[in-house]
Amino acid sequence: MDALWILASTGLWDAVLRIATPLIFGTLGALLCERAGVLNLGIEGIMTFGAMIGWLTVFSGGGLWTGLLVAALCGALFGLLHAALTVPLGLSQHVTGLGITLFAAALSYYIFRLVVPLEASPPTIEAFRPVEIPILAEIPFLGEVIANQTAPTYLALALVAVMGWVLFRTPLGLAIRMTGENPHSAEAQGVNPLVVRTACVMAGSALMGVGGAFLTMSAFNSFFPTMVQGRGWICIALVVFASWRPGWALFGAVLFATFDAYQLRLQSALENTVPYQLFLMAPYLAAIVALAFMARKARVPQALMRPYRRGER
Amino acid sequence: MRIEQRTHRPRALFLLAPVLAVLAALAISGGLIALTGASVLDAYGHILAGALGTRLAITETLTRATPLILTGLAAAVAFRARLWNIGGEGQFFIGAIAVAAVGAELTAGLPAALAIPVLLVVGALGGMVLMVTALGLRLRFNVDEVVTTLLLNFVAILFVSMMIEGPFKDPMAFGWPQSVPVADNATLPRLIERSRLHVGLVIAIALAVAIYLLQARTVFGMRSKAAGFNAPAAAFAGVPLGRTLMMVACLSGGLAGLAGAVQVLGVRGYVTTDLSPGFGYSGIVIAMLANLNPIGVVAAAVFAAVMFIGADGMSRAVGIPSYIADVTVALSLLTMLVALFFTQYRIRR
Repeated sequence: MDALWILASTGLWDAVLRIATPLIFGTLGALLCERAGVLNLGIEGIMTFGAMIGWLTVFSGGGLWTGLLVAALCGALFGLLHAALTVPLGLSQHVTGLGITLFAAALSYYIFRLVVPLEASPPTIEAFRPVEIPILAEIPFLGEVIANQTAPTYLALALVAVMGWVLFRTPLGLAIRMTGENPHSAEAQGVNPLVVRTACVMAGSALMGVGGAFLTMSAFNSFFPTMVQGRGWICIALVVFASWRPGWALFGAVLFATFDAYQLRLQSALENTVPYQLFLMAPYLAAIVALAFMARKARVPQALMRPYRRGER
Repeated sequence: MRIEQRTHRPRALFLLAPVLAVLAALAISGGLIALTGASVLDAYGHILAGALGTRLAITETLTRATPLILTGLAAAVAFRARLWNIGGEGQFFIGAIAVAAVGAELTAGLPAALAIPVLLVVGALGGMVLMVTALGLRLRFNVDEVVTTLLLNFVAILFVSMMIEGPFKDPMAFGWPQSVPVADNATLPRLIERSRLHVGLVIAIALAVAIYLLQARTVFGMRSKAAGFNAPAAAFAGVPLGRTLMMVACLSGGLAGLAGAVQVLGVRGYVTTDLSPGFGYSGIVIAMLANLNPIGVVAAAVFAAVMFIGADGMSRAVGIPSYIADVTVALSLLTMLVALFFTQYRIRR
């Protein structure tokens, strides 16, 4: 019975939005890259770097929004690196992405250790404060759920709508989707697939950087190595689950976050009768099960992971 | 300016590529060291001295290279068939915990000559199970193995954590979560007195040679290569794709599991969740640096081990974070990809 009561608590839904936010940023970022035909497995490392550099910017005196911006710019730079190797050179997107992840994560830890020596406990920053929304806060249940949410969460929700609109309602979105489906016909329409892909990977990676920065600047208030904990890989799975549609990406991220928040509360409700690791495993296993259900039905962009070279089929 | 395929690929280019890639990676890392104001040559000098300066250092480097050779081989055999096994880390841990489960009591009564091979096989089987699961999901449900193997890494480590805090917990470890040590008769014999270097290195190198022969001289080797180059064409030519991939998955997962087994039996004796400082992930870099050549994997693993072991000593002496080794190794993957590109293509104006 207790297990069901958790679902009715505002605390759960408060946590759901908080857990979903970095996933929304990351999933939208990965989705944008893949819609243009480039798999970006650099996501895990880019999120780590975003988390570190966002924290570092604020720690060394910058503002919170400056921190997010720096995280986005650094994400875009890693995106540029990924795009440079995979788009004009057409290198393996799998291996390059993993290389970016290993490089970005190692670089984050390296810079972090330069600033914070090994012995010190991780220094904290003043994180984003909850936004007060006048009228909505009055509504009984909803008011409590959104009482602790910070501005980046609303930014993430707005981005879902923007991404959906751009991809499906604008000529730019058509160009992006065409590049991901068939770059040759995109080229015939006067769209340069190399430019579209590079730009999408940079923009998508910037979103991944912001998703990582949310972890250190809102969800927590300090950086520690391995804090991203596979969230990037979850995002890659969510893109498949969402069948490359932004609205479904939001649904997937919230569903996953609900699952994650629920297991955390169930864990304390059941008090040590079940090993806690089983609960921690559950989200990863849930992602795999969700993939097994959705992967067959998902409509993959036809040119995903196919490098485009002029005059080559 | 356009990119054009090379019609002739000199053999020297293939040998030169990893050398240039490593030098480029070292140069970029050198820039990162220089940014802190430290002397780059001094730092690299300390890395070399720390990894190869003394007899003890050399044996430590080779001890570190041993699991890296095995995880490198695991990635190399899988990638050759375009099977993206990124789960070396998880398979390593499952191999390790399988050995801990069996090694503490079941094989305690056996003579070493029997206990060690049994435990090594058990470890390999552990890794195999995890990889075959991921491939099964791909073949049955069309789920990309990249994502499943990556996610299973986290599941595997949590599983190990659960086991060493639960049924396999060592009651003599003062409450630390670690498994009951394997029996003495099952520890791998030392190669050199007063060092940690163990027989695992010989096993790893022998396997590298065996896999080279397997790939170059057998039907399976040709089939796995064909499946990687062009799966539809291979299927058309009569290659049983599913069965070939399954064998590749067993081999790849088995090698990663064996790495875990060897690390437990040769170095630690018991399992903790920090048994691997990313051996599985480094294996991917090593496989690529070797251009998926099993013999090259041995050399690439020694390079990575030199960086990791050397950086620890350098960090203490110069004060540069030892993460610089991870940066260099990761960078060498990216530079190697570019170098490999130029062995196949050239830029024409």
